[in-house]
Amino acid sequence: MPEFKKTIGLTDAPMHYCPGCTHGIIHRLVAETLVELGVLGKAIGIVPVGCAVMAYDYFNCDCIQAPHGRAPAVATGVKRALPPESVVFTYQGDGDLAAIGTAETVHAAARGENITLIFINNAIYGMTGGQMAPTTLPNQITQTTPKGRDVSQAGFPIKMCEMIATLDGAAYIERVSTHTPKHVMAAKKAIKNAFKVQIEKKGFSMIEILSTCPTNWGMTPADSLDWVEENMVPFYPLGVFKDKSEEGVF
Amino acid sequence: MSKKFLMKGNEVIAEAAIRSGCTMFFGYPITPQTEVAAYMSKRLPEIGGVYLQAESEVSAINMVLGAASAGRRVMTSSSSPGISLKSEGISYIAASDLPCVIINVQRAGPGLGGIQPSQADYFQATKGLGHGDFHLMVFAPSSVQEIADLIKTAFDLSDKYRVPSLILADGIMGQMMEPVSFSEEESTDQPDKGWATSGHDNKRAPNIVNSLYLTPDELEKTVIERYQRYDVIAQNEVLFEKYLTEDADIIVVAYGASSRISKSVINTAREKGIKVGILRPITLWPFPTQAIKELCKTAKSFLCVEMSMGQMVEDVRLAVEGVRPVSFYGRTGGNTPRPEDILHKIEQLNEEEK
Ligand SMILES: Cc1ncc(C[n+]2csc(CCOP(=O)(O)OP(=O)(O)O)c2C)c(N)n1
Ligand code: SF4
Repeated sequence: MPEFKKTIGLTDAPMHYCPGCTHGIIHRLVAETLVELGVLGKAIGIVPVGCAVMAYDYFNCDCIQAPHGRAPAVATGVKRALPPESVVFTYQGDGDLAAIGTAETVHAAARGENITLIFINNAIYGMTGGQMAPTTLPNQITQTTPKGRDVSQAGFPIKMCEMIATLDGAAYIERVSTHTPKHVMAAKKAIKNAFKVQIEKKGFSMIEILSTCPTNWGMTPADSLDWVEENMVPFYPLGVFKDKSEEGVF
Repeated sequence: MSKKFLMKGNEVIAEAAIRSGCTMFFGYPITPQTEVAAYMSKRLPEIGGVYLQAESEVSAINMVLGAASAGRRVMTSSSSPGISLKSEGISYIAASDLPCVIINVQRAGPGLGGIQPSQADYFQATKGLGHGDFHLMVFAPSSVQEIADLIKTAFDLSDKYRVPSLILADGIMGQMMEPVSFSEEESTDQPDKGWATSGHDNKRAPNIVNSLYLTPDELEKTVIERYQRYDVIAQNEVLFEKYLTEDADIIVVAYGASSRISKSVINTAREKGIKVGILRPITLWPFPTQAIKELCKTAKSFLCVEMSMGQMVEDVRLAVEGVRPVSFYGRTGGNTPRPEDILHKIEQLNEEEK
C-alpha cells in the first residue's frame, strides 16, 4: 500500500483556506508535480492578489508576490532573467487572471512565453467577499449581482481556455476540475503536462482548474462539489483546448 | 583621457545603462524617449541581454519587478503618462526592496498633455510615485555627460540601498546632442543578492519577495526599517552644484533643463552688476535642504525657476523655513522659460531688495 504523505513541495505552514475550499488540493497538486519532475529547486512561483496571496508561505520554492493581475508579466521578467532551465509558474484566481490581468495573460500567451499559468476558476471573487467575477455564471447570485448575473447588463462570462487557445504562442491549454477524486487525478496529470511543456521549452501553458468557494457560494463543501458538477462543468467544458507539446509553438 | 562621443541624451541613457551592467530592458513606446528603447533593442541582444517591448507600461514595470527579483540589473524607460501607469508597480518594487532604474523623460501634462519638454512631474517623482510611505532616489541630470554619470550612480546606489532609482529628465535632455565620455572604471561590484528569487536549488530555504504584511506592527516595522535606510541616503548621497553663490544676494534654484537656461542668465546678470548665483539640485530626493539652509546666511532672497506651475519651489520654501523670501518663475505646457524673462525677474528682485 502506498503511504499518503505530505509532499516536500509544500512547507509546514498551516494553510488559511476555508474548510472545503479546493485551493488547498490544487496547491498540493502543483507542489507534488514540481517534486516529481525534479524541478522544485529551479522553480519560482508568482502568487496573485486573491485568496492565494499567501501561497508564498506554502510552496516550498522561491516565490514572488505580484500586484493584482500582473503575475504573467512578473513571470516574464523572471523567466527571461534566469537560465532557460528555470521553471516559472503563476497561481492566479479568475479576478486576477481574467479581469484585471487580462492583458498580461493574453500577451504572455501571445509571446509564447515559456511559463505555466495555474488558473483557479471559482466563478467568484473569494478574497474580497464574494463579488461577481469575469467567470461568474449567468444568473449566478453574488454580492454584486444580488438578483443573479444579468448578462444583458453585466456582460457574459469569459471562457479563458477557449480564448487563449486561439493564440499561436499557446502550447498547452487544458481545463480540469477538482470536484471528485477522479477529476483531481486528471487535474494532476494536466498540471504535469503543462510543466513538462515548459521544461521542454515548447511555449506557453495554462491549466484552468474549476474550484469551489463554499464560503462565498453560501454552501456546504459537499454541496459546492455538486454545484461544480451541475453548473460549472456544463458551462466550462473540461478538456484539452490546445496541445502543441510535441512540435512546440515556434 | 577616455574617448569622446557625440550622442543624443536618450541614447546616452541606454549606453550608460549597458556600461553600468544593465542587461535587461522592458518598455513601451512613448515620445519623447523612444530612442532609449530603439537603442536598447539594438545593443542588448549584441551583449546577450534581454530587450522586450511589453504590452503596456503596467506590464513593463512588472517585468522589471520580476527581473529585479531574480537579481539582474534592469531598467525601464517612459515619459509622464507612462510613468503614471507604472506607479502601482513602483510602489510594489519599493515595498519589496528591489533595486532597479526607472527613466522619466518628462513631457507636458496633465492628461495626454503635449510632447514638449516639461518638469511638471516633480511632485510625482519626489512625493508620490505610487501609494504608501516610500521614496525613490531621484536624479536630475542637466547635461548629456551628467546623464552618463548619473545612470551609473543610480544603478550602484539602487543595489547598495535596495531602493529604486528614478532619472528625472525632460524632452530637452533626451533630444539634446553633446559630447560625452563614459567612465572607464568598471561598475562597482554588484553586491551579493542572496535575497534573489532565482531558485533555491535544494540548497537553502526559499527566498520570498513580498510586500504583504497583514499585521500593522509588522508592516510598520518594515516601513521604519526602510526609512532608516532613507535617513542614511539623505546623510550621504545628496548631490548639488553651486555656481557663483558665495557673494550672491539672489540665489536661483533650478534643476535639469531650466537650470541650464538659468545659468546662462546668471552671467548676463553679473555683467549688469547684480550679485546672483545658482544652486542646482542634482538629487531631487534626497533634496539639498542643508545646502539651501546654509545659503540663507548669506543670500537675501531665492528664486526658483521651473518648467511647471511651481513644484520644487515648495521644497525650497521648506528648506528656507520662512527666513528669506522665495519667489517663483515658471512656464508650463511644454514651454521653456526664456532667458530674458528670467533676467527680468532677477532684475525685479534686485530692485525690490534695494
Ligand atoms: C489593484 C487592486 N484592485 C483590487 C484589489 C482588491 N482585491 C483583492 S483580491 C480581489 C479579487 C480576487 O479574486 P480572484 O482573483 O477570483 O481570487 P480568489 O480570491 O477567488 O481566489 C480583489 C478585487 C486589490 N488588492 N488590488
Ligand atoms: S473565500 Fe472561497 S476561495 Fe477563498 S479560501 Fe474561502 S472558500 Fe476558498
